[in-house]
Amino acid sequence: MTPSTMWIGPLCGLLFAPLLPGVINRVKAFFAGRRGQPILQAYHDLFKLVRKGVVYSETSGGVFRFAPYLTLSAVILALFLMPMSGMRAPLSFQGDFLLMVYLLGIARFAMVLAALDTGSSFEGMGASREVQFSALAEPCLLVGLLFLSAHSGRVGLSDILGRITAGSWQDMPAMLALLGSAWFILLLAENARIPVDDPNTHLELTMIHEVMILDTSGPDFGAMLYAAALKLWIFGALLLNLILPLGPPSPWVQIPFFVIGMLSIAVTVGVVESIMARLRLLMVPKLLIGATALVTTALIMKMAVR
Amino acid sequence: MTTLTVLLALTGVLLLGSSRLSISIRLVAIQGFLLGMTALWGESGFHAAGLSSGLSGMLVKGIVLPWLLLFVLKQSGARREIEPFIGFGASMLIGLLLMGLSAWIAWRMQLVEQGLSPALFTVALDLMLVGLFLIITRRKAITQTLGYLIMENGVYALGVGAGTEFSFLLEIGVLLDVFVGVFLMGIMIFRIDREFEHIDTDRFIELRDTASGKLPVEAGEGVR
Repeated sequence: MTPSTMWIGPLCGLLFAPLLPGVINRVKAFFAGRRGQPILQAYHDLFKLVRKGVVYSETSGGVFRFAPYLTLSAVILALFLMPMSGMRAPLSFQGDFLLMVYLLGIARFAMVLAALDTGSSFEGMGASREVQFSALAEPCLLVGLLFLSAHSGRVGLSDILGRITAGSWQDMPAMLALLGSAWFILLLAENARIPVDDPNTHLELTMIHEVMILDTSGPDFGAMLYAAALKLWIFGALLLNLILPLGPPSPWVQIPFFVIGMLSIAVTVGVVESIMARLRLLMVPKLLIGATALVTTALIMKMAVR
Repeated sequence: MTTLTVLLALTGVLLLGSSRLSISIRLVAIQGFLLGMTALWGESGFHAAGLSSGLSGMLVKGIVLPWLLLFVLKQSGARREIEPFIGFGASMLIGLLLMGLSAWIAWRMQLVEQGLSPALFTVALDLMLVGLFLIITRRKAITQTLGYLIMENGVYALGVGAGTEFSFLLEIGVLLDVFVGVFLMGIMIFRIDREFEHIDTDRFIELRDTASGKLPVEAGEGVR
């Protein structure tokens, strides 16, 4: 594998990530019998926001000004750590999966700080929920990565995800299915999708992610939107590495398959959003603990079988 | 085989997290079915020695007993929610700890050297502990019956793991015992419900004769 092709995956991510929200919205519109916004709407939004000015409230301080860019850069760095379409990530070293989890943590931390810095009690509420749910969602991601690490005997993200093949699905279908379903729940929870958070409601007391970026405007808001799209791409890639192990034939075969896989994940998310209602807020921790329980069961049984 | 044990372990965790009685009963039915299949398949593919014990296990644990419990549930006008002393999230986390403990014990016993399956042993121990935990922390008489049934499932899994040569008669005996036990419990729950209009074991401490010789109808209201 030449080093240059390794960069294709993350660059695809940077380029195509805003496509995912568009696809999800189109699927939801299809279910609702509407025509829906254009698939490229997120790109239009981003270009519009970049050209706009910014409004800062008097109560907000410096944190509010640099937090969107800290979020964006942490997420972009995490994107370059994530192996895609069966190829190694451009940046990879031993134990880098911890760095990826923590980069996503930093992105969230910056967003929460910005929300608190606005001084709005409404945003503080969203921040509190975000932190509560992420504390339950992070073990799911980490234990899942530990399980894969135990499976492959490696500690690098590219190694442990690259070791999943069609053969490992034959060896332990139940465990990998548990991991896959738990990570799909995680994808929905981490990206503020419907059973956990409703991306459509902009002024409701139950929302989480949207409320935190309510006061951001202009290029700052664009950075937040772009970071959210990239995060969806990262979690989609994580799931896709698991459920669609692409062998090493050639990058020019893998990449179209990978992009199609990402789009079908977006379609699935759209379908889930169309046919499910949002869970009551009190039920969300139970869902996340359940997801963690699934992966931990897989890990413990993996250790027991060995 | 590994798939079956993983699914069995999963039913244990889900039982701790489920908040509906009917779902819990169905999970126990699935568990019984999976156990029967484990006995049929054994360590390496299908084998005839487990045929009778596997099929009878499937029949009794997967169909008859759950049906009986669902019948009792429908007859007694009990509320369909489980009322736990320890919340569902915490129960699931404790369930994971119990599973880890079982795996650790299985590892310490060095079962592989003796030709036994550590995965099945882990599941067996885990199910016994989960059953005990459910008996302690759930309030309804019917969930206690379920806990008892899950514990017995654990014992059955242990029997399957230990090898099926001798265990057929033993298994049938145990199955009969369990059947009679659950049957009696079902009748008792039904009676208790008709007499006191609830099956809340937390209130059984209130059962006593009053001065007039009549039982208080809504006992325990003042205690909590």
